[in-house]
Parts: sequence; C-alpha cells; structure tokens
Amino acid sequence: MKRWHIFTRGLVKENAVLILMIGLCPALAVSGTVRDAFGMGLAATFVLFFSNVIIAMIRKSVPNEVRIPIFILIISTFVTIIDYFMQAFQPDLYRALGVFVPLIVVNCMILGRAEAFASKNSVINAALDGLGVGIGFTLALTVMGSIREILGNGTFLGMTAFGEAFRKTPVIFMILSPGAFLLIGILKALINKYVKKE
Amino acid sequence: MKNPALIFLGAFLVNNIVLMRFLGLCPFFGVSTAVETATGMGMAVIFVMTLAAWITWIVFHFVLLPFNLVFLRTALFILTIASLVQLVEMFLKKYYQALYSAMGIYLPLITTNCAILGITFLNIDNKFNFLNGTVFAIGTGLGFTLVIITFAAIRERLDLAPINPSLKGYPISFIAAALMALAFLGFSGLFGLT
Repeated sequence: MKRWHIFTRGLVKENAVLILMIGLCPALAVSGTVRDAFGMGLAATFVLFFSNVIIAMIRKSVPNEVRIPIFILIISTFVTIIDYFMQAFQPDLYRALGVFVPLIVVNCMILGRAEAFASKNSVINAALDGLGVGIGFTLALTVMGSIREILGNGTFLGMTAFGEAFRKTPVIFMILSPGAFLLIGILKALINKYVKKE
Repeated sequence: MKNPALIFLGAFLVNNIVLMRFLGLCPFFGVSTAVETATGMGMAVIFVMTLAAWITWIVFHFVLLPFNLVFLRTALFILTIASLVQLVEMFLKKYYQALYSAMGIYLPLITTNCAILGITFLNIDNKFNFLNGTVFAIGTGLGFTLVIITFAAIRERLDLAPINPSLKGYPISFIAAALMALAFLGFSGLFGLT
C-alpha cells in the first residue's frame, strides 16, 4: 500500500501545477490547445520518469557537493532525447511547443523531484514517484488545455464543441495570454474554496 | 526583422517575456511582494541575461557549430550559465561590494531561471547576430524589470485591499497578471510587430 501511495500522491493531492504551483511556465504557455498541453505533459513525464530512475540508481555514488550539476546533466540528456524524438516524429507538435521543449531542463518540478525524492529512495519508488508526478502534471495541463481550447476556439481536439455559431465567435481572449493567467487564477481560487487543506 | 530598434521594442513591450511568452514566472510571482526586492531582481536579470546571451552566442558559434556538436546545446548552455553566475557572484563579492549587496542574493535564484535559458535558445532560433542578440537580451531584461516592478506595486496595494479569503494570495495575483497581460496585448501590432 505504501508504493500505491507514492504513485497516487503526485496525481491530485500534491499536483505540481494546481496545488504546489511549480512548473508554471509550460503549464500556462502551452495550454492553448489540448494537443499541445497533452504533448507537453507526456514529454515532461518521460524526462521525469527516466531522470528519477537514473538518479535513484546512482544516488549512492554521487558526491554530495556536486550532486546538482550531475542531476542537471542527467535531466538534460533526457530532454535532448525527447527534443530530437519530437523533431523527427511529431514536427507539428514540436513547432507548436517551440522553445518550451528544451526548457523542460529548467522545470523546477523535475529537479525538485530529483533532489527531494529520487536521490534518497529506491529505484522502484523513484520510478513510481516520477510517473505519478508526471501524470499529475499531464492531467493539470490537459484540463487547462481543454477549457482554453473549448472556450477560446470552440473546439476540442479540433472537433467542434458547442456548434458552429459558437465556433465562429468564440471567447478568443481565452487562448491568448491573459486567458491563461485568468484561468489558473480561477482554478486556484476554486481549489482554495472547495478542497480541504491538510 | 533585422533592425535592432525594432528587435528592442519587440522584446521590451510587444512580446514581453513574462506576460506574452510566459517565461520567468517563478521570480515574477515569487519575488514580487515588494517594489524594492522586485527592483533588485530586475537588475540581476538584465545583467545576467546580457552576459548569458553573449557567452552562449560565443559558445554556440565558436564551439558547437564548428565541431558539429549542436545536440549538446541544452546541456552545455545550462552548465555555462550556471558557472557564469557563480563566477559573477564571486567577482562582485570581491570587487564590487555595493553592487553585490544590491543584487547578490538574487543571482543564485536565476541560475535555473527559464527566462535566462529561454532567451539564449531564442537567440539561436532567431539566428540573431551578436549585436542583435545583445539588444534582444537587454530589451527582454528591461521588459521583465518593467512588469515585475509594476506587478510588485500592484501586489503591495492588494495586500491592503479587502479580498475574499479564497482569492487571497496566488489567485488574485494571477487575475491581476491577467489584467496586465490584457493591457500588454494592446501593444501587439505596434510598428508592425507581432
């Protein structure tokens, strides 16, 4: 049951974006459409999972003084892999995400998990933790992407959401940058009001 | 877009790094509780951003390109910036005490700031030459400073305002940022910049 807890903790209760408010830059920047948001979530999950696993594997042989540069190097290796992978197989998505793909390397969520969890726990636990936090991040981005695409473009994954009339005159504001700030402000306020604080 | 003046305006106002590009949000929300700290942070960002743009431009054009090592870009840039910030910090501490006390504590904070790294990537992606890259970095840093100081001033007043408890703190700050972003949307199209 403990392992199950490690995995589920990152999904909702300690969700990186909506509860802990970290990893905000990509969460706001690429949540304009569901596809971009989901793609970004998967890319970050990939990096988080593999960097957590590798860091947990080598945690006993890393000298304490230079651990941060080593973690950053490991993370940037996986970021480069996903960067080139997307460029080759998902060129449209890669173009839409732009500079935010290489910037996964400075996402504080990933270095945070490496430092706070993977460097102190077994490989299996670190893998579960990376997967949980990554899926939580993907969930948060997908929720934001859905709301912004439906309201701002009148579509969901490219399909018309509320009929043609709404699609022709959507709330364009929501896919522009103010919409991202407004949406996360409202979501956070709702969470404060309805989710019991521990 | 080759005119340095247009690049500057674009980076400063039209494509403002925080409100339009969503980079550097952590310091934007984290260090904007008082105008004084926001000013220090802004200065440190302008300074480091310009230095980082220079050094990564040199690394990219004189090391990565000639030796065909472009795939090492992400790893090498972040290591370069981290060592640069360390070096600057030690240098300021020894020789420029006044400057160090003004922005020293913010320097380690911005090592892994996505705004700094993002600008160095954008410099390369936009194929800027050395001069345009410098102008772009300074304009972006000034744009960051402008919005973080304005935002800090807004938050100082928000602290005193009667606000619904569930909106207190982050939510109302985000909504204030949304209104600022809305105002900055007004700049889009200025001199044909988008």
